[in-house]
Amino acid sequence: MTARPPIESAAFGACPVPASRYDVVVLGHGSGGRLSRDLFESVFSPLLGADRALALEDQATLPFPAEGRLAVTTDAFVVHPLEFPGGDVGSLAVHGTVNDLAVGGARPLYLTASFILEEGLPLSTLARIVASMKRAADAVPVRVVAGDTKVVDRGKGDGLFVTTTGVGFVPANVALSATLARPGDAVVVSGTLGDHGIAILAARKGIELDTRLESDSQPLFALCQEVLRASRNVRCLRDPTRGGLSSALNEIAAASSVGVRLFEEKLPLRAEVRGACELLGFDPLYVANEGKVVAVVPREDAEAVVLAMRRTPAGTDAAVVGEIVEGHPGVVTLRSVVGGERVVALLAGEQLPRIC
Amino acid sequence: MKYLDEYRNGDAAKRLADAIAREASRHHVVMEICGGQTHSIVRYGLDEMLPETVELVHGPGCPVCVTPLEAIDRAHAIARRDDVVFCSFGDMLRVPGSETDLLRLKSEGADVRIVYSPLDALRVAQENPAREVVFFAIGFETTAPPNAMAVSLAARRGIRNFSVLVSHVLVPPAIDAILSAPDNRVRGFLGPGHVCTVTGLSEYEPLASGHRTPIVVSGFEPVDLLEGVLRVVRQLERGQGTVENQYGRSVRPAGNEAAQALVTDVFEVRDQKWRGIGAIPRSGLGLREKYTAQDAERKFDVGALRTNEPAECISGEILRGVKKPWDCAAFGKRCTPERPLGATMVSSEGACAAYFAYGRTEKRRRLPLAEAPA
Amino acid sequence: MCLAVPGRLVEVSMDGDVRMGKVSFGGVSRGVCLECVPAAVPGDYVLVHVGFALSVIDEAEANRVFAMLAELDPGALEEATS
Repeated sequence: MTARPPIESAAFGACPVPASRYDVVVLGHGSGGRLSRDLFESVFSPLLGADRALALEDQATLPFPAEGRLAVTTDAFVVHPLEFPGGDVGSLAVHGTVNDLAVGGARPLYLTASFILEEGLPLSTLARIVASMKRAADAVPVRVVAGDTKVVDRGKGDGLFVTTTGVGFVPANVALSATLARPGDAVVVSGTLGDHGIAILAARKGIELDTRLESDSQPLFALCQEVLRASRNVRCLRDPTRGGLSSALNEIAAASSVGVRLFEEKLPLRAEVRGACELLGFDPLYVANEGKVVAVVPREDAEAVVLAMRRTPAGTDAAVVGEIVEGHPGVVTLRSVVGGERVVALLAGEQLPRIC
Repeated sequence: MKYLDEYRNGDAAKRLADAIAREASRHHVVMEICGGQTHSIVRYGLDEMLPETVELVHGPGCPVCVTPLEAIDRAHAIARRDDVVFCSFGDMLRVPGSETDLLRLKSEGADVRIVYSPLDALRVAQENPAREVVFFAIGFETTAPPNAMAVSLAARRGIRNFSVLVSHVLVPPAIDAILSAPDNRVRGFLGPGHVCTVTGLSEYEPLASGHRTPIVVSGFEPVDLLEGVLRVVRQLERGQGTVENQYGRSVRPAGNEAAQALVTDVFEVRDQKWRGIGAIPRSGLGLREKYTAQDAERKFDVGALRTNEPAECISGEILRGVKKPWDCAAFGKRCTPERPLGATMVSSEGACAAYFAYGRTEKRRRLPLAEAPA
Repeated sequence: MCLAVPGRLVEVSMDGDVRMGKVSFGGVSRGVCLECVPAAVPGDYVLVHVGFALSVIDEAEANRVFAMLAELDPGALEEATS
């Protein structure tokens, strides 16, 4: 954060000073007056692109297809640092929201984005992040149609928080659910595990690992569509974010009352993620991802699904990693490279680096 | 990864397990000392690969588990102070003291920071000259040289705002205490491979010969641990009790002399209390007088500490291999990794935490082994 | 206790009077203190615990265990695979 700009003696909330006077967020940017308007024009308006006229209303009124169902999701993004190898909180927000829709079989249509800005956040940082969001949204494509900005006192906000809502359209013939997994089904992942979590951790003070590893944050709509074309009976899709693959599979195991068995030698892992996990004592099954899909599909469709994933840029390392079993319902297990089997329990809290 | 993957080879592990099954003609109780070895055994299901004749029990080699409650409470009292930046290894964050833990203190505003290395804590001190930086220096003999280095550098470089809260424990006295206890069932040990990388093997010879107990110093990967068990079983079958070195790729008989010199300069042996076990004479390390300026215990007066350990906890018996986690009435119910009652549940290396995490809720619960899909 | 991981020493430098090295673990690297392994040179594999190298991995010893495995009863392997 840069030093405080000169204090204005005007009454709070009535700042007459133009935005260009400041290079950081100040409380006045949140008070709904000219500073707020200037901030919107210079930083946020480009995000809405052609939809900027919608922002002049209090709500966006939009068309929606007649057939099919509405998918809605909401999410908050609080990553630190704000900008990390492979992305930033803005692109993360777009990808995360779009992916929550995509794994429901939905085509993403609209996004909203709310920004909580901490006083002192450099405007150049904010502009970079918003531009990154625009690029991310255009790449899907998805329209950002509404948003909001608030400013909090220095010390109350970790730079920038982004909250989103995503709206999508699910065609009538698509019905995915975590309750549909059946014994015999295959568990497929779209690529290497743990990239995001390790990329973020490596940058953190006190850890400081030197690596070229980047977050895998990316939109997965195209990949999900390929999967749904490759198999008519996909049971469910999930994007394993916090808590890693373990959390996603534990949810499915519980929802469907089935067991899940993973095979350690089949888990796709980058050498960097393996190395970092060994060094810190982490289990990659618990490390966050931001650009991966886990799919539960009928066994006979598994090969076709893997091939379909591998045809997309997001799925080059797709692989079958496990199976749904009848035994131990609600429990996920891992058969180790050595042959023994152990339970993969839901993580209690955050994984912490250990010396032991 | 080189020097890791080869020792996780399933075929090699199976052959070793088969050899153990062939050669163990009667019941043997073997203890692995090190928490990291416990973790590996449970994670890879190695004890379930062993025949019924060989029983593995888990030892007190988890420094997080055995750090005495007084030290934890003192750490919390120091971390609470406004003028202190409290640095710690990640393992210690969730360890409950009599009232709270470091993670909770952090959420209440204490400046608590996780570091991977003691040198990171020293750097925090250099970067924050106006604050007092305290590092929680815990561990066995393996961590003593790194912790010693931080102290020595602080003194050499005149970094006055850095101090350490020491709680170091030593393995050989613990082995002696275990073997000397009247209810001891342990007949052979897998010795601590990384501790011995620093200390060498000499302190283990009198233990082996004095108690007629084989000690095979072993590594941490499946092949290391199974070879270690095989060699212990072979000695037990022949009635032998000597020290062997399975982990020769890292352990030299004399250990690491440069590391030992670092430790001798900074620390001296003292009596030490072990959480769950009690006091063991000359089983800990304290700072030498010349490093008083780096001693957080002297620097910060936290007043009288009243410690309060839950009565239900049977950690002591678990740490000595006398009981297993499922023998405890509170295991998995009133005592879980999220709300640990005592030593062996507090760290992921503790036997109770490892058993809980890997689903060992009852005796030898076997999950059917399966072939990988084609 | 004692999570320690083998890594390859890539380069050596001095931080004041302290010998430091960059060690690679499968693609991630970290600064490691080499004061306890004065004989270590780039190319060596070292065992690292909390940012300190505590030993240089002995290649010959590392291979020993596999030679031992070959001596284990070969008949057992046949039984197991029949």
